[in-house]
Amino acid sequence: MELTVGPNQFFWPADRWAAFYTDLETAPVNRVVLGELVCSKRLPFFQDRIPEAVAGLAAAGKAVSLTSLALITLPRERKATASLLRAGAELGADVEINDLTALAYLPEGQRFAVGPLVNVYNESTLGWLAERGAARVCLPPELPLASVATLARAGEGLGVAIEVWGHGRVPLAISGRCYHARLHKRTKDNCQFACEDDPDGLTVRTLDDEPFLAMNGVQTLSSGYASAVYQVEALRDVGVAALRLSPQSTDFGVLATIYRQRLDGTLDADAAASAIAALDPAKELADGFLTGERGAAWSGAATRTA
Amino acid sequence: MVMEIVCPAGTPAALRAAVKAGAHTVYCGFADETNARNFPGLNFSREEMREGVAFAHGHGAKVLVAINTFPRAGGEALWHRAVADAEQAGADAVILADLGLLANTARQHPGLRCHLSVQAAAANADMINFYGRELGVKRVVLPRVLSVPEIAAINAETEVETEVFVFGGLCVMAEGRCAMSSWATGKSPNMNGVCSPASHVEYHDQGGVLDARLGGYTIHRVGAGESAPYPTLCKGVFRAGDAEGHLFEDAVSLNAEHLIPQLKKAGVTALKIEGRQRSRAYVAQVVRNFRAAVDALEAGQPMPEGMLARLSEGQATTTGAYKKTWR
Repeated sequence: MELTVGPNQFFWPADRWAAFYTDLETAPVNRVVLGELVCSKRLPFFQDRIPEAVAGLAAAGKAVSLTSLALITLPRERKATASLLRAGAELGADVEINDLTALAYLPEGQRFAVGPLVNVYNESTLGWLAERGAARVCLPPELPLASVATLARAGEGLGVAIEVWGHGRVPLAISGRCYHARLHKRTKDNCQFACEDDPDGLTVRTLDDEPFLAMNGVQTLSSGYASAVYQVEALRDVGVAALRLSPQSTDFGVLATIYRQRLDGTLDADAAASAIAALDPAKELADGFLTGERGAAWSGAATRTA
Repeated sequence: MVMEIVCPAGTPAALRAAVKAGAHTVYCGFADETNARNFPGLNFSREEMREGVAFAHGHGAKVLVAINTFPRAGGEALWHRAVADAEQAGADAVILADLGLLANTARQHPGLRCHLSVQAAAANADMINFYGRELGVKRVVLPRVLSVPEIAAINAETEVETEVFVFGGLCVMAEGRCAMSSWATGKSPNMNGVCSPASHVEYHDQGGVLDARLGGYTIHRVGAGESAPYPTLCKGVFRAGDAEGHLFEDAVSLNAEHLIPQLKKAGVTALKIEGRQRSRAYVAQVVRNFRAAVDALEAGQPMPEGMLARLSEGQATTTGAYKKTWR
């Protein structure tokens, strides 16, 4: 199985953003998706750094894709989507669509990738996208293992590589409203980029102070970090082509190495889970969407408390 | 043309009440996971659907069948059967969200009219035209993330009819793209047709303080004598940093009655009322009021004032994303 790095979901200063992708050149990952996923207001701050990042990653042998926005409403967002496809062609990167709007601009027959924020829940949808040129699909994180298995087998027949959410805070919702701005009693148009203060999202706690969700501008994520370390064999057996790691501001290179070793069989699930937990014990782990009763559940809970 | 009032019917009795109260159109679903209001005791059997359609047609009203969850991998036949049965029952259209199901329906049921569910979150003219062109969609229910001027701009660029929510429960997230409920409970709108399900709600009384929990997470807390609201996830009370409050949305429901003239001007074809879980008395009351409003508008008379205040009593209302400052 391969490793894909998904687009950074958070708002980082341009230098930090660029340094992250320079570091990835030497990380044991096969594919990198980059660009702005969550909020079109962020893009101008690092847009001019994208060509260099793409060139560096490509020179290092990584496959590179540019992501579309997750929710496209405004005229300038539609223009950005159209220009994304041109930019991809110029930079030699393919395009990952995370909103179906991008399809309207894709010439029929052009190959593309589909990100986890497009609803691919069944074989018919997968088949329809494959017919349109989808070569790769990262499934929605909500899907249970049984659905993943059915879709991975269908993907093999269609020539579509299937990816699964492997690590990171899970994107749970996207909205027209900016929660960071709301928290600071500002409107979205006058947000003053409050989300920049939280490079991994702002943890949202319950009334018992239990970490539960995380806000990231117009996006809501899980507080817990999904990890598929316990499902690696099951995913490989059904033909899943890659695990997706979602960027975080700390220890990302170490994480990539842990997952590479896990895929190579040099780390077992418990050892990988312990190694990940040791990086930051405050980050709860979860794999309930794949195998649990609810998304927040974690297979390794027993071993962590032992 | 008079704006079309599209009313919810969770039961055959609600369907008849809505039609008698003046609904132009009623929407409903089969009693299973194929529709996004898959609640115990709600929805229609195949026979009830046939009878409901016949009743509505007899009174000059239309029936739309919502088959708007995302079919399960390996289990799509259930959704295909629902579409076939809706057509056979004489439904005027089906309301679908899933790409694969839309494509399948266009192929297998070319004569059946398709509306795009709000669950597909088609939020701009490019996407709406794409659904119209490639999948034959005739009407789109717009997601609740758009302002009135944005809706007008969409209508200027598309031939596909638009339908917007004007009253009832309000999602603050783009619909069909929210997995918060399944993170907490394992049950989601997309897969199971439920959000924040009652099966996962618990109330705990601790020395006069009443906690409301969803999936074990405490998201409401009220003192003795206060009424405890239903713990819908995105309308819960949370903490972040030093703040505590309704961080996503207040406990409000949508009421856009004052915006009806603006929505008509924006080119909207139909006004949708949320609430298939509501009683027939509620549905009839809301329908009568909205019908009076669109009829008055058509006749060039002033809008009836504050007509729905009674139904929203005790609960704050909002015009949601229709006003840009909501964002």
